[in-house]
Amino acid sequence: MRELSLHILDIAENGITAGGDCIWIEVDEARKTDQLKIVIRDNGHGMPAKKIKNINDPFITSRTTRRVGLGLSLLAAAAKRCDGTVRIDSQPGKGTEVEATFRYSHIDRAPLGDIAATVTTLIIGHPGIDFVYSHRVDGKDFSLDTREIRSEIEDTSLSDPVVIHHLTKSIRSALKALASDEDNLESSEEQNGKADN
Amino acid sequence: MAKLTIDDLKKIKEKTAKETSLREGPASIKITVHMGTCGIAAGAREVMNALMEEMAAADRQDIRVVASGCLGMCSSEPNVTIEVEDSEPIVYQLMDPNKMRQVFKRHVLLGEVQTDFALAKM
Repeated sequence: MRELSLHILDIAENGITAGGDCIWIEVDEARKTDQLKIVIRDNGHGMPAKKIKNINDPFITSRTTRRVGLGLSLLAAAAKRCDGTVRIDSQPGKGTEVEATFRYSHIDRAPLGDIAATVTTLIIGHPGIDFVYSHRVDGKDFSLDTREIRSEIEDTSLSDPVVIHHLTKSIRSALKALASDEDNLESSEEQNGKADN
Repeated sequence: MAKLTIDDLKKIKEKTAKETSLREGPASIKITVHMGTCGIAAGAREVMNALMEEMAAADRQDIRVVASGCLGMCSSEPNVTIEVEDSEPIVYQLMDPNKMRQVFKRHVLLGEVQTDFALAKM
């Protein structure tokens, strides 16, 4: 995976496959403490403790479950090579939480990438699922909750590509504003993300 | 705390009011972008983005886009399946944003199957 936002897309898809109807995505860029934290949580059917023990081993995975597999193994590898950690909490019947941390300035840390595209790809690809996305940069944060959006505008609008197109653009500019106060790496990353499109 | 405010949403809504009012009725064409780990790593998100842009430009209310999991043919990812009512679903392989645009314009809008990019009939 070239971007951390692709890992986020992948793990969030796992949560949907696990039967969750709401997915929480948190990104926390704490540049002062040189840490990047990504949390993805779902309210799907969870996993028993026995399964979590071997979760980062791609060869123990049973492919039919789709709950685990190469996706988490890749994320764990990405975090570990940046002096980071991966933590997985899961309770059968309640859901799963995946937390990955990275040393922000580590040379091997992949860029966060076009996270706005990740979020809107999830929204348009899964019309029945809600997403709560929050992104924090040095304490300032941005959030988006599709449950609020659905209660404000008609439910059908979120599957409208025109709405999604505008939504992607507004997330991108909001993230750019978050990072723009200081001179930093992240603002140039956001521009890279924009150039992709 | 920065938030996507209700005002922002209303603005988006106003901009798109015309389109949304038209967007009723059943879907007769379904486009599935396969987004397993394999698909995502191979570029499925970029394919999906290109598709969203084309959809926004085409303004057709009878087309639905969905994301699904791995198809089982990871080496040919990104895969996209096009299901047009009353004809066989076509799976496209090794897609990229430009191929997606071509398939959308020719196959989805005009009904010409792009056999060069196709993997299989289903």
